[in-house]
Amino acid sequence: MFLADDFPIDFTLQPGVGAPVWRGNAPSGEDLKDFAAATHLAAGRLCAMWGSDERQRGGGYRLHCVFGLNRGHAWLSLDLSADDPVYPDLAGIFPAANRMQRATRDMVGIASDGGDQRPWLRHGAWPADWYPLRHDAVHEVGMGVGFPNLPSDYDFVQVGGEGAHEIPVGPIHAGIIEPGHFRFSVVGERVLRLEQRLGYQHKGVEKLFIGADIERGARLVGRISGDSTCAYAWAYADAVEAACGIEASSRALLLRALMLERERVANHLGDLGALGNDAAFAFGLTQFLRLKEDWLRLNAEVFGHRFMMDRIVPGGVAVNVEPAALAAIVEQCAVIGSEVKKLRTLYDEHAGLQDRFVTTGTIDAALARELSLTGIGARATGMILDGRAHRHDYTPPPPWAALGVRPVTDERGDVAARVAVRFGEISESLRLLREIAVGMPSGELRVAIAPRAGGSGLGVVEGWRGEVLVAVRFGDDGKLARVHPHDPSWQAWPALEHAVMKDIVPDFPLINKSFNLSYSGADL
Amino acid sequence: MISISGLIGQIFAIALALLLAPVLSGWVGQCRAWFQNRTAPPLLQPYYMLHKLFHKDVVLAHGASSLFRSAPFVVFGCMVLACAIIPALSTDLPLAPAADALALVGVFGLARVFISLAAMDVGTSFGTLGGRREMLVGFLAEPALLMVIFTLAMIAQSTSVTTIVETLAHREFLVFPSLAFAGIAFTMVSLAENARVPVDNPATHLELTMIHEAMILEYSGRHLALIEWAASLKLYAYSCLGLALFFPWGIAEGERFSGLLLAIPMLVLKLAIGGFLLAGIETINAKLRIFRAPEFLGTAFMLAVLGLLVRLMLEGSA
Repeated sequence: MFLADDFPIDFTLQPGVGAPVWRGNAPSGEDLKDFAAATHLAAGRLCAMWGSDERQRGGGYRLHCVFGLNRGHAWLSLDLSADDPVYPDLAGIFPAANRMQRATRDMVGIASDGGDQRPWLRHGAWPADWYPLRHDAVHEVGMGVGFPNLPSDYDFVQVGGEGAHEIPVGPIHAGIIEPGHFRFSVVGERVLRLEQRLGYQHKGVEKLFIGADIERGARLVGRISGDSTCAYAWAYADAVEAACGIEASSRALLLRALMLERERVANHLGDLGALGNDAAFAFGLTQFLRLKEDWLRLNAEVFGHRFMMDRIVPGGVAVNVEPAALAAIVEQCAVIGSEVKKLRTLYDEHAGLQDRFVTTGTIDAALARELSLTGIGARATGMILDGRAHRHDYTPPPPWAALGVRPVTDERGDVAARVAVRFGEISESLRLLREIAVGMPSGELRVAIAPRAGGSGLGVVEGWRGEVLVAVRFGDDGKLARVHPHDPSWQAWPALEHAVMKDIVPDFPLINKSFNLSYSGADL
Repeated sequence: MISISGLIGQIFAIALALLLAPVLSGWVGQCRAWFQNRTAPPLLQPYYMLHKLFHKDVVLAHGASSLFRSAPFVVFGCMVLACAIIPALSTDLPLAPAADALALVGVFGLARVFISLAAMDVGTSFGTLGGRREMLVGFLAEPALLMVIFTLAMIAQSTSVTTIVETLAHREFLVFPSLAFAGIAFTMVSLAENARVPVDNPATHLELTMIHEAMILEYSGRHLALIEWAASLKLYAYSCLGLALFFPWGIAEGERFSGLLLAIPMLVLKLAIGGFLLAGIETINAKLRIFRAPEFLGTAFMLAVLGLLVRLMLEGSA
């Protein structure tokens, strides 16, 4: 039904009002691999991969893959035996699978049958044969009982040749940013290869979800990557609602959209300023930070929290927005819109800035598709890929379908393109915010929600950075048995490795900032 | 030969440089903040920094040699000497014969060599990166600076800085077109040499883009204080050199003590204007891609050569 009729996989559409998700079980590893290959042929992408321990429920382990197809998402599960949990390596089809497979091995102990077997999230903080997400992996959280810190050697790919040498950067950086290690192989200033090593932000979030109730899960999911708290909270709410068979009211959905778009604008404002600053144009930073600060203050006023944390909850929203507040939002959109327009002219006409932005850190659409890239990075290569917008064969979920979101794209694929997409998305979001605020219907804010034992669901939301996925499964006791949050940074980090390859070392911070990826979201 | 007033003037010039240099850096920082609509740090902020750093312990890398430890003192010494022979207040400087304009370039070069070697001494990748880039900037900036000095030396028929300044101060608004070329070239070289935007960014925290900052990442405590102070002195030295060469009015000549009374407020005023303009340049420009720095300095060199040619061909024996 997706690709061809002869696949031995039955897909059923997930209920609810979230993004369209079809679910199915792959009878064998080969079928999974075939499906992946067919998806790749159809210009689809790998969205997420994770594992779960099903031994308590009489099974073995289970591998979950989410593929992005034109019509929506296909969530495919593969049962693995308890004795020999091995599945076919998908990294040969989708390079994005590489790190997800390694993380799945580190977390659950199910491995691919080939390819890269280096650890990803395990940095020697626990033994190689101990898997934190197995139900019998007992670990006294917060009791000070841990494992000795083991040395962890990591085999970086070596680049040889005349004059080639390495520059190790991080995990601790000169600025106050998240930790991550970057290994540059360079000749002079020219970058031959960049290899990232992440996982320094690993804090066992997935383990914390196990046994939590819906409420606690909602709080936790909003704290995985603070800049995307609304996107995560919405994806989680969609997943929980799908699992429990609940639908949020249209007023609640519009209020969620209001918050998500405000989150998008806030982050784009901050990023545009930071991009100017990284090219030593500090004037841009102060101007954009001023606008962002005004924006966040109105958030605090209207929603009671600058970043709108814990305001989107399963069943609806936890905050009401009065007509006066909606009027204030509309008014602010006009002010910010005209200021951003002026600053855009300034950026566009600044020869020095454009010289730094244009042709720096280029990736093309073919590479973006190959790497399963989503979000700003993908749209900056000209791909029309936005979960909020109509495209051929795809109808976005409510409330987006009625709003008519216009996806912002740019063909160039460089830093300048990602800057232009951000500018374009700010004006589109401001338009959406006005439309939402003016047409806000009345209705229930939050419907009661009760966990459905054994239920599961997947939520997909187009966050400001890209596609955020949250998968949820309830245990028989009605508590969360497994939650897997997936940040778009998983796919975008490898894209950064490619983007910097034709450039020089001092341009890396600018290229990095043009993606502005989450460490915390991908390290979990 | 050294008169008492000359000696006092010399000591006074050095003391003033040491005191005024951090204030100049603070002033540039303040202007930058105002241009960006930020609340400015206090004018004396660099002093607070120096005070803090002098009271901190020095942390040395395990592999640090005596070169690493001595470099801050050499660099500081070079900058003090440079400030001593640049006629900021008065042309009556007993130390001036110690080094002419060409040797002055050498003094700056010596400091550069030491700081670059020290950066590579501890063997971190950032130090080497910074040292390498500093050398790239340096070897392009030095010829341009020399060309500027040749032009001026031809006008004054001397390479002594004090003689040049005395000659230029007496030209009574006779405009030399060659000076315009030389002035622009000197400004460009000064931006590069002092690690300012558009060549380097003194305010960056991005270790991969740094030039000057990358070299001093491993320094701490009093070593770092000396290097920061030396950086301020370098900015002061270049500013005073530029002011003395291109706007020499108000500089005291000979042994008249009263001249100093006028020279000090004139200098402070000129430095304030210069710092304001520097902050303006830094605000409206973005940093160049590092491979554009050779083009930038190549332009400076070309302008300096043009100045020299204009002097030779058009102004002749003026």
